[in-house]
Amino acid sequence: MSATPLLELRGIDKSFGPVQVLRDVALSAYPGEVTALVGDNGAGKSTLVKCISGIYATDAGEFFFEGQPVQINSPRDASALGIEVVYQDLALCDNLDIVQNMFLGREKRSGLVLDEATMEQLAGQTLAGLSVRTVKSLRQHVSSLSGGQRQTVAIAKAVLWNSKLVILDEPTAALGVAQTAQVLELVRRLADRGLAVILISHNMNDVFAVSDRIAALYLGRMAAQVKTNEITHAQVVELITAGRSGQLGLRDENGTEYADLTTPGADA
Amino acid sequence: MAFPLTDGTETAARPNWLTAAKNRLQQLLAFASLIVIFTFFALANSAFPTYSNVINILFSTVVIGTLALGTTFVIITGGIDLSIGTGMALCAVMSGVFIVDAGLPVALGVPAAVLFGGLIGLVNGVNVAVLKLPPFIATLAMMLVAQGLALVISKSTPIYFSDHPGYTKISTGELIPALNIPNAVVVLLAAAVLAGFLLSRTLLGRYTYSIGSNEAATALSGINVRRWKVVVYTLAGLFTGLAGVLISARLGSAQPATGMGYELQAIAAVVIGGTSLAGGKGSIIGTMIGALIISVLNNGLQIMSIPQEWQNVILGLVILVAVYADMVRKKET
Repeated sequence: MSATPLLELRGIDKSFGPVQVLRDVALSAYPGEVTALVGDNGAGKSTLVKCISGIYATDAGEFFFEGQPVQINSPRDASALGIEVVYQDLALCDNLDIVQNMFLGREKRSGLVLDEATMEQLAGQTLAGLSVRTVKSLRQHVSSLSGGQRQTVAIAKAVLWNSKLVILDEPTAALGVAQTAQVLELVRRLADRGLAVILISHNMNDVFAVSDRIAALYLGRMAAQVKTNEITHAQVVELITAGRSGQLGLRDENGTEYADLTTPGADA
Repeated sequence: MAFPLTDGTETAARPNWLTAAKNRLQQLLAFASLIVIFTFFALANSAFPTYSNVINILFSTVVIGTLALGTTFVIITGGIDLSIGTGMALCAVMSGVFIVDAGLPVALGVPAAVLFGGLIGLVNGVNVAVLKLPPFIATLAMMLVAQGLALVISKSTPIYFSDHPGYTKISTGELIPALNIPNAVVVLLAAAVLAGFLLSRTLLGRYTYSIGSNEAATALSGINVRRWKVVVYTLAGLFTGLAGVLISARLGSAQPATGMGYELQAIAAVVIGGTSLAGGKGSIIGTMIGALIISVLNNGLQIMSIPQEWQNVILGLVILVAVYADMVRKKET
């Protein structure tokens, strides 16, 4: 495990008109680790991800990738660095098959003609490398796949590109128990292969099952980023709902406007 | 690990050809319908299944078929192009302007007319993809503009190609004399092969399907959706231009007041061929079968002396059945 974060954000600010969605956010993602990004609805998780993936421009703040300062101004910049995002439900084209989906936007060609044989081979290798064996045929339309299989294809698509950082937006939100286990196992395997993974999730069980670090956003600010084995379930819930938990979290001088509302320990 | 993902119980591989066949079920259905309709007419009237009548059917498929090729791309992206009928008439008029009025040689005038069709498509594409007008409205407006321009430019009179026998040869000449196949049929076949190649083997085809299937996912995959949509509408325009050349070469004249109604027949051919109006699904082979079904019906009903009015009724019913069959199939899978 490397001491240098693969991706480090410092002092990220983002406003939409008068509404400040992100305030002075810092976040680090390490290679070989799963960093869970948690937070209540509206805490700014999705906005933060869209800043990382280049969809939104930040108002202030710095990005460091492999220790070097970088600019991410478009999704193209992000993918050039090796950052891939797996979106919750927008990721796949139902009427295309698995291979076509995995290579969408980066098709292999020989001259004018699409090189289907090579793409099918590479897709097969990638899925095999991730120990995915549940799909019957690589030429199946994605519409005929189960939710878990779809998520698997979406993740495999992100991995195909020698990506270094994969961001997963609630990959298990719509899945049943068995399929959730499948996808979490796959997420773990990505990190074991040396990728940095950022997992956005609402589900505490998922977070504790698979993550190495937990970053908790509270009302647009990073309440805490801690190692998963140094924090309890209840503390994470407190960070999410109150922004602080004991020694952890936002201190009063930064958060006076809402400190009065918190009742420490109420949820514990 | 006992995760279902790796337990290997579902590893039974299904051959890829079987998956491919399943994906193509609608085309097989359309093809079967074509055979059934053809057999029906062949049994009903002995004048129907002759060589010359089959050639006749192919010849009458040319204009609708050519228009339907480009329309297939547009409909697969989830769009529609209503301007192809009158656009065709305008291109025919422009062909007359280039060749008869301006005196360009046929070898230059024909590409110019086809490119003019591309220009119409380009405007449609910009209206739809860049200005974000709904395709129905944008191309409806173009349909009126093209109709009007065709009349204005030609001063509402047909332009005759009588002094340019080389031009009419494009449709009515016979490249291979022994077979008695008009050139227009050969041109349609070549155009269909080209369209099929573009749709199934190139980036343009892949993105045509992906845009119709999930435009947001396509954009998130780093694909310039706007640009490819403009390309698709421009391509439809080029086929419109080609159809304009073929119809005016067949008639020996450019008829500015015609064209209206062809777009609906072309769209009908595309839909009968299994292309979904919702986008994301369709094929050139299906479209060709759809166009053939329409001309076999028209021809067969004519031979059986069924009045034109009833032909339209029957064609309408066929479209309903084709679309309904497609919906039933979707529910089952």
